[in-house]
Amino acid sequence: MDFPEDLKYTREHEWARQKGSRIVIGITDFAQDQLGDVVFVELPEIGDTVKKGESFGVVESTKAVSELFAPISGKVVEVNDPLADAPETINSDPYEEGWMIAVEPSDPKEVEALMDVRAYRAFVEEQ
Amino acid sequence: MAQRTPLFDTHVRSGARMVEFAGWEMPVQYAGVLAEHEAVRTRAGLFDVSHMGEVVFRGPRALEALSRLFTNDLSKVADGQAQYGCLCRESGGIVDDVVVYRRAADDLLVCVNAANRQKDHEWLAGHAAGADVRNESDEWAQLALQGPLAARVLQRLTSADLPAIRTYRFARGEVAGVPCLIARTGYTGEDGFELFCPPDAAARLWDAVVDSGEPEGLQPCGLGARDSLRLEMAYRLYGSDMDDGTTPLEAGLGWVVKLDKGEFVGRDALVRQKEQGLARKLVGFVLTDPGIARHGYPVVQDGRKVGEVTSGTRSPSLGTSIGLAYVPPALAAEGSTFAVEIRGRPAAAKVVKTPFYTRK
Repeated sequence: MDFPEDLKYTREHEWARQKGSRIVIGITDFAQDQLGDVVFVELPEIGDTVKKGESFGVVESTKAVSELFAPISGKVVEVNDPLADAPETINSDPYEEGWMIAVEPSDPKEVEALMDVRAYRAFVEEQ
Repeated sequence: MAQRTPLFDTHVRSGARMVEFAGWEMPVQYAGVLAEHEAVRTRAGLFDVSHMGEVVFRGPRALEALSRLFTNDLSKVADGQAQYGCLCRESGGIVDDVVVYRRAADDLLVCVNAANRQKDHEWLAGHAAGADVRNESDEWAQLALQGPLAARVLQRLTSADLPAIRTYRFARGEVAGVPCLIARTGYTGEDGFELFCPPDAAARLWDAVVDSGEPEGLQPCGLGARDSLRLEMAYRLYGSDMDDGTTPLEAGLGWVVKLDKGEFVGRDALVRQKEQGLARKLVGFVLTDPGIARHGYPVVQDGRKVGEVTSGTRSPSLGTSIGLAYVPPALAAEGSTFAVEIRGRPAAAKVVKTPFYTRK
């Protein structure tokens, strides 16, 4: 199980990476492993707004449908479109090629409030 | 508390992910659903299906008694042959879909769905005048070896003449020293065998088949791949695609209903339904919009719910979203279109001929 040090995490197993003024969002290695083979992903469009804790999309595995919850609030400024044709990238490379959306945060402090890697690792170990 | 098959420890030791299914703790996947699916379509896969039940009819009236409880025509079946069909209530509703293995006219084994073990036994025993009906589910473990290389993998372990066991036939024989009923049956659409064996030998048999299949790329498989494989063949799943409130005619299983074979429980209701016409039919569809249709999603036409999806997945072999749904007869013809409501949004669907997948 891979837990990158430089990311922030949610209890719903999304990760957030600061990249300049943007926050890139995806799901964790633990999440993709639990889901099994990802076969479909539904993401918002550029310009949509997402709200912390609320659903911003859906990821479907061969087994189940799972909602994606926004770690922070803000405006979607980029979407990883290739995932539509290659959703399995989320399984093979959840932290890099498998990123989902980039958001311009409306409240940068929200990022600080997320779990750091130590807290998230401990959270996963309890699961 | 969920029941466990004799292979529970084997699954856990092999790294399977376990889930509860029909009251059983079963492996949902080993390597991953897609990899397992592909292994069965191209090489070989091994499933633990010990949760399935076995109800046995014995005695001079066994055949007659079972014939009166089964929609298909057992008189067409010889010793050593198996037949698929339904058990129906008087109403025509499906008690279960089963495979009958005729060992002799006075010794028939009915393989039933896991969730229906007790229900079927009670139903069969309660309606089988004169036959000795026993629930032997706990006396059998069952492995399903499926895939184009299944025969090659199995032949290394047995002196049984496998080519002589044609589709839907079976023989007694030893596999890796374990006495088995070796049946050329399965529910994946591939060639393959189902091995009925004593529970205490199941782990030994499993390990032997896995070892024998290693050079062929055999993959232990879970229920996830089993579901996508059966759905590509449009094989119905009891509890999802049909139940006590569904008749075989509605479920598209008219081909296993032999109304001219003589009396059987449910026949009158099915004759009536056939005369009056069906109010709904199970059809196969593909989504022409993005998304995956899942069990319970509404089928809508002109903004109104007219039916329901009973099974749906993304077909690993075809790369499209496929499913089964009950729809009004007016929408049941090949090429008909309707929408499936996916999380509140309509996705276009088209009725297609089944099976979705054809063996190459």
